[in-house]
Amino acid sequence: MTVLLPRRGLAQILALIVILAVDRVVSPQFFDLRLQDGRLFGSLIDVLNRGSPVALLSLGMVLVIATRGIDLSVGAIMAISGAIAASLADSHGLPIVLAAALGAGLICGLWNGFLVAVLGMQPIVATLILMVAGRGIAQLITEGRIVTFSSPDLVWLGNGAILGLPVPVAITLGMLALSCAVVRGSALGLLIEATGGNARASELAGVGTRAMILAVYVWCGVCAALAGVIAAADIMGADANNAGLWLELDAILAVVIGGSSLFGGRFSLVLAVLGALIIQTMNTGILLSGYPPEFNLLVKAGVVLAVLLLQSPKFSGLAGMAMRLRRTKA
Amino acid sequence: MKGLPPVLITAIVLVAGSVLCAVQFPNIASTRVVGNLLTDNAFRGIVAIGMTFVIISGGIDLSVGSVIGFTTIFVAMAIERWGVPPLLAFVAVLALSAAFGAAMGATIHVFDLPPFIVTLAGMFLARGASFLLSTESVPITAPVYSTVSDFALRVPGGGRLTAVAMIMLAIVIGGALLLRLTRFGANVYALGGSRTTASLMGVAVGKMTVKIYMLSSLLAGIAGIVFSFYTSAGYSLSAVGVELDSIAAVVIGGTLLTGGQGSVIGTFLGVLIQGLIQTYINFDGTLSSWWTKIATGVLLFVFIVLQQGLVALARRPVAGRAGAAT
Repeated sequence: MTVLLPRRGLAQILALIVILAVDRVVSPQFFDLRLQDGRLFGSLIDVLNRGSPVALLSLGMVLVIATRGIDLSVGAIMAISGAIAASLADSHGLPIVLAAALGAGLICGLWNGFLVAVLGMQPIVATLILMVAGRGIAQLITEGRIVTFSSPDLVWLGNGAILGLPVPVAITLGMLALSCAVVRGSALGLLIEATGGNARASELAGVGTRAMILAVYVWCGVCAALAGVIAAADIMGADANNAGLWLELDAILAVVIGGSSLFGGRFSLVLAVLGALIIQTMNTGILLSGYPPEFNLLVKAGVVLAVLLLQSPKFSGLAGMAMRLRRTKA
Repeated sequence: MKGLPPVLITAIVLVAGSVLCAVQFPNIASTRVVGNLLTDNAFRGIVAIGMTFVIISGGIDLSVGSVIGFTTIFVAMAIERWGVPPLLAFVAVLALSAAFGAAMGATIHVFDLPPFIVTLAGMFLARGASFLLSTESVPITAPVYSTVSDFALRVPGGGRLTAVAMIMLAIVIGGALLLRLTRFGANVYALGGSRTTASLMGVAVGKMTVKIYMLSSLLAGIAGIVFSFYTSAGYSLSAVGVELDSIAAVVIGGTLLTGGQGSVIGTFLGVLIQGLIQTYINFDGTLSSWWTKIATGVLLFVFIVLQQGLVALARRPVAGRAGAAT
């Protein structure tokens, strides 16, 4: 198994190395690290730090996609939890703020899971409801204003450091370790894959598919809420209109780059987070290169298409055919 | 399918909503407000018609908002900076958007990829391309624009039926006829019912997929031109999130998101309901604009649950027989 794992992620690791190399060419001091006030600084750390919210989202998203689902509402959930955290931060202690924000994510996840697992809605549609309404709810909480706060505890979540690492990076690593331990350390991962592979067959085989689907949406909601709290702590405020805007697409992209199948079944937590890192490394690279950030979207579109084509069974079929043709001609 | 057809339910909701609004604010029931509602929602209506075709065929198109953004900025740049005559610019941008849709449809069919993710890439691509053209808002001063924006039919009661509203109504009628009366429309329903069955019945699935996404992008291009008439400017960030509004309008209009069932008229009613919510909030004055989002979300939820119930009802006898057989 340990021998198999690197082989599966080889393409992603190679892609990351290539992009890092390009970044190094663009910005010679890209790999420089320095320790200041007990925290590491440098472009690499910056990539990890900026990539944390999307990495957290993709941790939740990858399990949802593994059950053949999709969660479009994660950006809206980020806005809701950020709004709650920002409005409570100056009047309540950190534990209460976190509990309220993550609790909101949990409820949002339960709602999505309920619609998909119990009412049997298509995941795209079910989560579209919260995607549309959620941002409105977030604005209701902030009353349409940008709520700012100065609570040092919450600010630390966004800008502090643990063992030299920025707190968001430490939280992301912790969540990755936790989810790997729970999902891959038990049969849970297998059951989720079974649900995504063939829900009906798994149900007949005794897998509690409904409970599985409900659980992954709840997990995704909590991950999104955590990302929302971090994003709010980072800017010391909550902007219901823009917090987490379009990040659901980045999260889906990260999962796809991580090689998980959009048709359910096959998934990898580590590679999804790696996918998020690849996206962020590209973003940072484009910023450092001095190109306008607008190029981001074009580059992202190109990457999505390339990854999709490589994943498509038809494409490998066509490529194989072309090679055979060439061989017969020769 | 037993019980009320979904379109009828949409119509009842629209009428009931209008009556409620009119009772509270008698001024809403004037031709002036209705005329404005049609004008303000013209581009939404046009895009939603294209989305209806895509969704009935079992697909989804997330790129339409970006295509509108691209169209407005392309038209503005072409007319104002490159000195292209407006009509030529329109033709060029419509050709571009149709080709863009055709490329997405071809990618979906040839590589057998989910429409959701292909059009997502299309969304990035079109938005990125419009950023490349210009990131600022470019005002359009061509005389055609003031002529078209000022043109309006006077309706008794002080209302104005503007040119953009008329374009929208024409496209709604044309779309309804295309879906109901032509072979193309029948094929759209067949594709949404079952791709395999449609292909076995002799529908050229590949060609149809390309044509359907081409139609959607073409209508998004027209919506972009209408939007540029409406704002007299081109801006690469315009119409962000319109894809979600139009998907919501299609669902509220009674079209099944799994495909195979739906109507253009229903979508039109769905757009009107969204417009009505916006108008009500404007009239009320104390409600903030975010209630639009929440109300749309609630309506989406109600209609999807309703559809789910209708589908369950329609399938019950089949399920019963299958249960008896095992």
